[in-house]
Amino acid sequence: MKIRQIMALTGATVVCGSGREDHEVQCAFASDLMSDVLTLDCNGVLLVTGLCNMQTIRTAEMADVSCILFVRGKKATPEILQLAAENDMILMETDHSMYHTVGELYCNGLPPIY
Amino acid sequence: MQFRFELEGGNFSKAGYASSQIKKVLKQLSVDPRIIKRVVVALYEAEVNVVAHAWRGTVLADIEADRISLLLQDEGPGIPDIGQAMQEGFSTASAAVREMGFGAGMGLPNMKKNVDELTIESKVGEGTVVRMLTYFSANDR
Repeated sequence: MKIRQIMALTGATVVCGSGREDHEVQCAFASDLMSDVLTLDCNGVLLVTGLCNMQTIRTAEMADVSCILFVRGKKATPEILQLAAENDMILMETDHSMYHTVGELYCNGLPPIY
Repeated sequence: MQFRFELEGGNFSKAGYASSQIKKVLKQLSVDPRIIKRVVVALYEAEVNVVAHAWRGTVLADIEADRISLLLQDEGPGIPDIGQAMQEGFSTASAAVREMGFGAGMGLPNMKKNVDELTIESKVGEGTVVRMLTYFSANDR
């Protein structure tokens, strides 16, 4: 699923990595627990999370996750945006809840990792 | 090739810096990306453990042609029962650590899963020493 489709389905805006709306993700994982994200063994993952801090970006960096969608209106700070940009990540933000967001993505064909 | 990093207990803003730097070095050395991911996930979990539980610590990374050795030494409360700490779901993390997205009792088991050799020594009231070894090629294991 392309970033532009994720934006349309979830009302998300890109706050880091704009201009890459044609980038594609293969699957998604939703969690506020970074320990679980670090157990993933999959490429092309979209991380959907309500945890918005520096460790979210560090976790994504180590887990080779390059796309993150923040839910529940969480806003990335300038420090977070800088670290994400250094790691060539795409960050999006939506005001929708986690449940609403993953429901839209799942129903429109973005598969889970497991 | 050796690298040393300082870790500061409670300072989550810096947690992951050592892992990030090691990842860059291993990429430059053209190590298999799957191996890099295993190494840095384990190192990151270990870094977070030091920041979450100890007062201060160091990371020493020693990279050779066929392997990477990681040594984490901390000054902290230590681990009273390492066997118990290795069980998935066991955690003594504070509420602040859980708010950072950790503290689910997955760190040590995930470290073990991602390295070829893991040893942990700890003295209560003094600190913990973690050694991790990973070979770059499956043939070397």
